[in-house]
Amino acid sequence: MVPTATERPGGAELVPAQPLLKIENLRTHLHLARGIVRAVDGVDLAVAQGETLGVVGESGSGKTMTSLSILRLLPKPMGRIAEGSITLDGTDLVRLSEEEMARSWRGRKISMISQDPLTSLNPVFSVGDQVGAPLRYHGLARSRRSLRETAVGLLRRVRIPSPEKRLDDYPHQFSGGMRQRVACAMAIACAPRLLIADEPTSNLDVTIQVQMMELFRELQAETGLGIILITHDLGVAAGICHRIAVMYAGRVVESGDVRDIYRRPAHPYTQALLAAIPHLGGGRRKRLQAIPGMPPSLIDPPTGCRFAPRCPHRMPRCADYPPSFQVGPTHKAACWLAEAGA
Amino acid sequence: MSTPLLEIQGLTKHFPARSGRGTVRAVEDVSFSIGPGETFALVGESGCGKTTITKLILGLETRTAGEIRFDGLDIASGRAANIRAYRRQAQAVFQDPYASLNPRIRVRTIVAEPLMAQGIGDRASREARVREVLEVVGLPASAADLYPHEFSGGQRQRIAIARALALQPRFIVLDEPISALDVSIRAQILNLLADIQDEFGLTYLIVAHDLALVEHFSSQVGVMYLGSLVELGATEDVFARPAHPYTQALLASVPRPDPDHRAPVAVIRGEIGSATAPPPGCRFHPRCPRAMPVCAVDAPGRWSLDAGHWASCHLLDPALGEQPRMEPVS
Repeated sequence: MVPTATERPGGAELVPAQPLLKIENLRTHLHLARGIVRAVDGVDLAVAQGETLGVVGESGSGKTMTSLSILRLLPKPMGRIAEGSITLDGTDLVRLSEEEMARSWRGRKISMISQDPLTSLNPVFSVGDQVGAPLRYHGLARSRRSLRETAVGLLRRVRIPSPEKRLDDYPHQFSGGMRQRVACAMAIACAPRLLIADEPTSNLDVTIQVQMMELFRELQAETGLGIILITHDLGVAAGICHRIAVMYAGRVVESGDVRDIYRRPAHPYTQALLAAIPHLGGGRRKRLQAIPGMPPSLIDPPTGCRFAPRCPHRMPRCADYPPSFQVGPTHKAACWLAEAGA
Repeated sequence: MSTPLLEIQGLTKHFPARSGRGTVRAVEDVSFSIGPGETFALVGESGCGKTTITKLILGLETRTAGEIRFDGLDIASGRAANIRAYRRQAQAVFQDPYASLNPRIRVRTIVAEPLMAQGIGDRASREARVREVLEVVGLPASAADLYPHEFSGGQRQRIAIARALALQPRFIVLDEPISALDVSIRAQILNLLADIQDEFGLTYLIVAHDLALVEHFSSQVGVMYLGSLVELGATEDVFARPAHPYTQALLASVPRPDPDHRAPVAVIRGEIGSATAPPPGCRFHPRCPRAMPVCAVDAPGRWSLDAGHWASCHLLDPALGEQPRMEPVS
């Protein structure tokens, strides 16, 4: 049997006292020849057991670097966690040695699914070998036979039809959606506490995307898995996340319950993002409210609010970076306008 | 509709299968037309044949059968002079502006290349045209001296659009023109494409998987499944009253930025079938939640709904007993 997490999710509790994962003041830098990129610049996040946190942002917002920091898989040698803590189940991952990280955390308690299963799966090993690999690596397999049975069970759990027959197939014999399911089976093999899914459905067709999201929901209900869903797609995030953190230029600009974010967006960036995408049912050719300009360089980021140069509500005060203001019980925004509203 | 600018009739494309056995029926008997100034959208999942159609239209693939008429002339079997004239009038903007722009040449040359290929103008007039189109797409004249890598994704897409405009075309194929761009940049590019369409009276064929974008941007839409059109009509009709179960499923699957919208649980099971051995009867029947015995046997005919709106589904056939249940997908 596959070991599962001990408890089921604790209902609708949004910000429990003991989050599964707590990130505090994380600063991750990339040391490049042309300067230091402040890819993650003071990020706070929390994920509870059984909860899905959506981290929404554009490329360069720091969402992927945040997740690579959690896994301690930053690009070498330039990537470095400069400051902050990442606490999972009471252990600060930042302080662990690479050996400890590899032995008992990465792939064991935290796992990851990336955007493109074609690059995350090895083309020369059968799917059964790859799904069983994390169990072998972490010494969770008793015998070849039990490993095979476990792999079949995992493929069944991610709803791959006739798993016994598919075990000896290779990744290229699967469709894109099925490959992503295989990647998912690998990720849950060791019954992790936290799953980081980085744009897991961006390469999939919409009808397959729906099936994938359903799978995440089912797995979460079965195991109490905490999920961080990294996405640029506000539609995908709305459908599955309990809470959302919106990132811009290395910082979390707004976070809150999913309804806070979509119903009462408090940060001008979140508001602008929601207004800039066409919505189904919106009819034809109402001019979209484009956001002018583009995200800033993170090598020499503007002091003060990083969205200010593109913001319609810019004020002199924005030259100072706004702290996070509480705008609702579980809703925060880093904007001076939110101070007035708080 | 006025006389169409582009008219596709019975377009079919078969490729030999990579295995050497059998045939990939990528496009099967597709017909549609696009009026001047219209925007026609082709939607469908990967592998449905929409990209092959754009390649056939752009002359990048040769058809197996059927006609492609531009301004009344068949471009697929026409004389060399016709084809040359057509190439001046039909341009394309592709999905990935990192792949579609040659990294080794300056923007000036990239944008002027279509003019050179057609032998139009001298150096000075080409230079003037480059400056002109760069201005149209919102880039400074100094951009001409730079290389593609010196621009962001959104700016690169502007360069690709400038190149497409250089020859003053009448028709542009837009293949997923914004899906590789950052969310905050997409609206800028969409607005730009809308502006130049109005300004220059352009006709667009857009291929996109984002149905919200298609609803916003297109006037006509064709829904493709496994190489065939299954539904076609004015965008507002198709989105308000989708008749084919596949169109309904696609619309229901679109993720919405609304936490209280609950997508109907996996509207359709399974995945798109094989174009090498398409299912008999209706190609969608193995996945169709409302399939009837007849669907596995006979290919459905086209049933007309609104003016210019049809769908190809047995459910719409009054003779088959079941009344069409036109459930609009909310």
